[in-house]
Formats: sequence, C-alpha cells, structure tokens
Amino acid sequence: MVKEVIIEKINDFLIDEFEVEQDDIAPEANLKDTLELDSLDFVDLVVAVESNFGVKLVGEDFVNVKTLQDFYNLIENKLS
Amino acid sequence: MNRVVITGMGIYSCIGKNLEEVKNSLYEGKSGIKIDEDRISFGYRSPLTGMVDRPNLKGDLSRRQRISLGEEGEYAYVATVEALKNAKIDQDFIDANEVGILYGNDSTAQSIIESIDTIREKKDTTLVGSGAIFRGMNSSVTMNLSTIFRLTGVNFTISAACASGSHAIGMAYQLIKGGLQDCVICGGAQEINKLAMGSFDGLGVFSLNTKNPEQASRPFDSSRDGLVPSGGAATLILESYDSAIKRGAPILGEIIGYGFSSNGEHISTPNVDGPSRAMLKAIEQADINPSDITYVNAHATSTPVGDANEARAIANVFGENGPYVSSTKSMTGHECWMAGASEVIYSMLMMHHDFIAPNINLEQPDEAASKLNLVSKTLDKKFDVFLSNSFGFGGTNSALIIKK
Repeated sequence: MVKEVIIEKINDFLIDEFEVEQDDIAPEANLKDTLELDSLDFVDLVVAVESNFGVKLVGEDFVNVKTLQDFYNLIENKLS
Repeated sequence: MNRVVITGMGIYSCIGKNLEEVKNSLYEGKSGIKIDEDRISFGYRSPLTGMVDRPNLKGDLSRRQRISLGEEGEYAYVATVEALKNAKIDQDFIDANEVGILYGNDSTAQSIIESIDTIREKKDTTLVGSGAIFRGMNSSVTMNLSTIFRLTGVNFTISAACASGSHAIGMAYQLIKGGLQDCVICGGAQEINKLAMGSFDGLGVFSLNTKNPEQASRPFDSSRDGLVPSGGAATLILESYDSAIKRGAPILGEIIGYGFSSNGEHISTPNVDGPSRAMLKAIEQADINPSDITYVNAHATSTPVGDANEARAIANVFGENGPYVSSTKSMTGHECWMAGASEVIYSMLMMHHDFIAPNINLEQPDEAASKLNLVSKTLDKKFDVFLSNSFGFGGTNSALIIKK
C-alpha cells in the first residue's frame, strides 16, 4: 500500500471515528497532547488499524510513537 | 428524619419519549406493543415487544462517552436529561453539591454477547475496543451517568430483577430520609433487543397473540396468554424536602413509604404473602390507613399466576371497597428492570393530571381480579396518594407509597 493511501486512511478514521478536529491533523501533531488521545483511545487505534489494514498491533508497537508521523511510519513498516 | 420529595422526572418508553407524550398515551389508553419480525428467525416463540428508537446522541455526548454507553444506558441518559431539566437542576448545581445516583438494571446482554462474538471471531481481546467493558458491566448505567454528569454522591446499581427500579427509588428514599444524601438521581433502565430476552421467551411466558399486538398484554383478564417484554428508561430526582425548598425546586410528590420483602419460596412463581407484607410495611411506614390510598398501580404482568396472586394480596391488604387498580403494563408491556421506576412516573403523571389510566384489554377479569376495583376505561379522578407494586424473580418485592 502506498504511503499516501496509508496516510489518507489513518486521517479518515481519526476524523470520522475518533472525532479529531481536521485542523489538528498534521505529521508533527502529538497523539496525546495535540490530538488528545488517551490510553483507552490507543486500544481503539489497535481496532481501527486491524479493520483498515488487517494488521494487529500490540502495546509495545506504540513505545516510540509520539507524533502522527511516527504512527504513519509504524503502519508503513508493518505493511512492508 | 428527612422528608423525601420527588422534584424531577424523565421517561423514554414505548408509549412516549418524554413526559408529555407518555401522559397523553396513558390518558388515551394507547399501546406501545409491536412485532419484531427479526425475533421469529432468531428462534423466539413470540415476536411481540415494546419498541423504542435508539437515541442519536452524537452532538450531545463525546465519542468516549458514547462508546461506553450500551442501549439501556442511552435510554437512561435521555430520561435523566429530561428529569434534571424537569427538576431545574443544571450542571452548576451538580458541581456545587453532592448529588448521587442509584439506578436499577439487571442485564447488559447485547453488549456482552456482541463483545464475546468479536473475541471468538478475532481471537484477540483487544479488538473488542475500549468501550466494551463499560457497556458490559451490570453497573453500566450508573458508571456512565455518574461520569457524564460529574456526580460526587452515592453511586451504584441495584439489581433486583423486575423490581430493580422500584428498589432503587426505595434505597434512595432511605439514604435521603436518613440524612446521608440530599439529592439522588434514581430510576430503572431496560434494554430492548433480541439478545436480552431470548432466555425469558424460552420459559414460554410471552404472549403469542400476534394477530392483535396491541391486545396481547392483558393483565387480570381471563383470556390473557402471557406477558410482552418491553423497555426504555425512567429517571426520578429524589431530594430532601429542605434541599428542594432551599433551591426553590418544584415539589412533584413525597415518598412516604417503602416496603420490601422476599417470598423465600420459588424462583419464578410469585406468592401472596410476600407482596402482602411489602404493601403492609409500606402502609405502616407511611403511617396512613389503607383507605387513604386511592390508586394502586399493580405489578400485574399478564401472567395467570402472577396476576391472580397479586390480586389476592391487594384484596388481603385493602379488603372490600379497595382502591382503584390498574396495570399500565397493559399498554407498555413488561418493562422489567425499568418497570418499578417507570410505573411511579406513570402514576405521578396520573396524579398530577387528575386521571387514572386504564388497564386496557380487560374484558373479563379472572376470579381473583373480580374482587378488585379495576379501572378498564380512563377515569377522570383527582387523587392524592397512590401505591406502586413491583415484584421480581427470586421473590423480591417492593411497594412504594407516594402522595401529592
């Protein structure tokens, strides 16, 4: 899956399902501080990634994920 | 001891989605019973049920709040918003005062079953999502509403089968009466979905009168063939009289008696003694004579043994020339965990609008019921005191007495 499609899919579910403000979507946006995702939301990110990309994430996958760009990279790596 | 008053009410039921709609349905004797075709292919004996729409809460609640709420919690939220508004309680009041919540609920079947189905399919517990645990616990309603409304007082769920809602009101009454709380949100919620009622249907106690769904629930009538499940939610705001006066709240009624008992016998077959004792305790606590009670909202669900034993209990307690009696389940069906709270609201609406709602579909009372003063057509009648009965599996009984 090309990078642009991954980014578009992630942005779409963040806006549609997680009700993140469109204006807050930016590669450098911090998932916790800017997008205001809490520990429970990270569980739902695992669900969204599984249903959108068929990839099962575990908690350790998020250790180095701070920004949206980190998250895009994580999914890209999992799919490659 | 504090006097305990009702300062707000809210209702979301199959005969109306707010107090005004419900009041009109009660006066008109309108049934909320319909056929859910989906239940037939699912394996139900009876597709009859009360039906309400799932409220759309997007815009009212955040995503986090919405995904933590199951069906019964959604109904309870809507009913509670109306009750708080009715009581003239806003978030500023709640933030500045210790408001509690005691709510009756005894199942979250759909939430649990859907979550387990996901785990079975995906073989991964994480994939049920973060809301599943909060939708699936039996205290789902109280844990969610206490968070949504930022409540800081008492906070737990009361599970007592079909008397859950009534006991929730009774326990809130006791806490306020004893000075432990000043204001408590209480009520009952009941999910309506095919996953929730399958095992109840399996007992063979649901009506099969699919030709005439609106005539299927017929408490006390000799031609009844079973009950009709239903649901929704009902919320009351209970407050100490002093608190209500201090904030200039509308005082809609005063709870003066809460009698409870357990039959100590069969798990599903009700008896006469247990309900009689609950009613007598409530009357003794209220310090009134049975003849002071003008109206009894019967628990009667439209099952032969249950109706007959309640009729005998009412006749035992009140004797000849007893109070007017009707079962609003003839219109609503059996709202189960919610019923004890909704039926207090139905009776309150009658008391405030000077009528007694009919026990519709009553054509030929059975032998035990023939001794009661049953109301089969809407009766225009002013009254000041009523008693509401609620009984449940396991022989749990609750009787509440409320005066204007």
